[in-house]
Amino acid sequence: MSGAYGYFPGCSLKGAGVAYEESLLALFRLLGLPLAELEDWNCCGATSYMSIDERSAILLSSRNLLLAHKAGYRDVVAPCSACYLVLRKAQDYMERYPRIGKEVHAALGDGDLKVLNAIRVRHPLEVLYTDVGPGRIRQSLVRQWHGGRVACYYGCQMVRPYAEADRAHDPMRMDELLRAAGVPTVDYSLKTKCCGGSLTGTTHEVGVRLNYALLREAARKGADAIATVCPLCQYNLDAYQREIRRASHEPFDMPILYFSQILGWALGADTGALGLRRAISGRKTVQQWFSERRVEKEAYA
Amino acid sequence: MQRKLKFQSEADPEWARRVSDRPGCEGLFSCLQCGACSGTCPLSIYMDFSPRRIIALVREGFRADALSSKTIWLCASCYSCTVHCPRQIHITDVMYSLKREAIGYRLYPARFPVPVLAQEFCKLVRRRGRSSEFWLVLRMALRSNPFILFKMARTGWDLARTGRLSLRRERIKDMDSLSHHLAPREVA
Repeated sequence: MSGAYGYFPGCSLKGAGVAYEESLLALFRLLGLPLAELEDWNCCGATSYMSIDERSAILLSSRNLLLAHKAGYRDVVAPCSACYLVLRKAQDYMERYPRIGKEVHAALGDGDLKVLNAIRVRHPLEVLYTDVGPGRIRQSLVRQWHGGRVACYYGCQMVRPYAEADRAHDPMRMDELLRAAGVPTVDYSLKTKCCGGSLTGTTHEVGVRLNYALLREAARKGADAIATVCPLCQYNLDAYQREIRRASHEPFDMPILYFSQILGWALGADTGALGLRRAISGRKTVQQWFSERRVEKEAYA
Repeated sequence: MQRKLKFQSEADPEWARRVSDRPGCEGLFSCLQCGACSGTCPLSIYMDFSPRRIIALVREGFRADALSSKTIWLCASCYSCTVHCPRQIHITDVMYSLKREAIGYRLYPARFPVPVLAQEFCKLVRRRGRSSEFWLVLRMALRSNPFILFKMARTGWDLARTGRLSLRRERIKDMDSLSHHLAPREVA
């Protein structure tokens, strides 16, 4: 098992965010970094469980960390920003608050807290940046990008207090990786502004307008697409674009991609394996940018 | 809602002190009232009290106003306030703590979909170990405002035709161990 990364998909990557899982697995396979899904993982609790019951919220994460430990993984890759934050926050709480640590220990029975806290919870963007790096991406390019300019949107939870994935105020790692793959990125000032998360489902109007601001600013900066690192950001920007278009009278039709789809394509993954057909907005653009025909013509890069 | 000047007798400073003892709420009394949290919060314009005001209410002990506010439920947990706070107050965790107390004492605004979603989410996870988006949204809508299902139909169709709408009800295998862990004890 050693060497492999434990993979914690989270509920979204099995649902609306399935393209993220598909492209991520394809990309990591290409790079020779095996992602092995944790057996019988449970929900991280997202933002909701903390709102109801603190102890159980931490316990949900500790069970996942224990699964990772038992399977012999030192690193756990959590692609969903919410899962990533929640797992790390649980570790932080177990360490800082002895009462919580004790309760977790009692509930798990065999969970040594030191062991749980030693597991490195990592975001795939950070894994690609530190374990692979822009240099190796540049060297392993198979296809030359002929699409448009991309706004790199990091969202909120991946870069916030418990995270090490990138700088909290001005993250640049996705920009650096995409540029290494020959993708022009724009200076996107709202890159860490929240998409509203589940608010599009609860207080719909509020959530939709947050996403309008994100799209508007990306368009203003000359971006033709937005690249995301989180299934919820992708979903909100993608699935509600039609509604935003209608409400704002602005002609948005922007592909909302996962960074892993772009990198996977550039490194030569099978176009069909990247979940590109799952786009709702900007479908024509996606088809043009990732077309097989033009791929083969330009495969000399 | 009409805002009124408060009487000191309406405040419960003892409650404020208890809040500041909870995990994540330690910095409560070091707040400068600078407003960096409200300035950076993407949702403050929708809130009945801005995050800065919530902190002020809590530390003076105006429990009912803080707990029954919409503010705490509009907080999307983006942690922007937390990383911008010059006193490193974990404002997001203060919000979480208030949400838990509001749930415990049923003080949340009636039929407001956010606490309904949180409760349905937890029920689903407690029963099955995982969340399933479709079923979660359905239950939330039925319990808060079924009419939003009409609005959601178009999005649902978009998801379905792109293979992103899973009707599967996810469940983990070892539910026994999980339910044992999650056995409800205290709400504090």
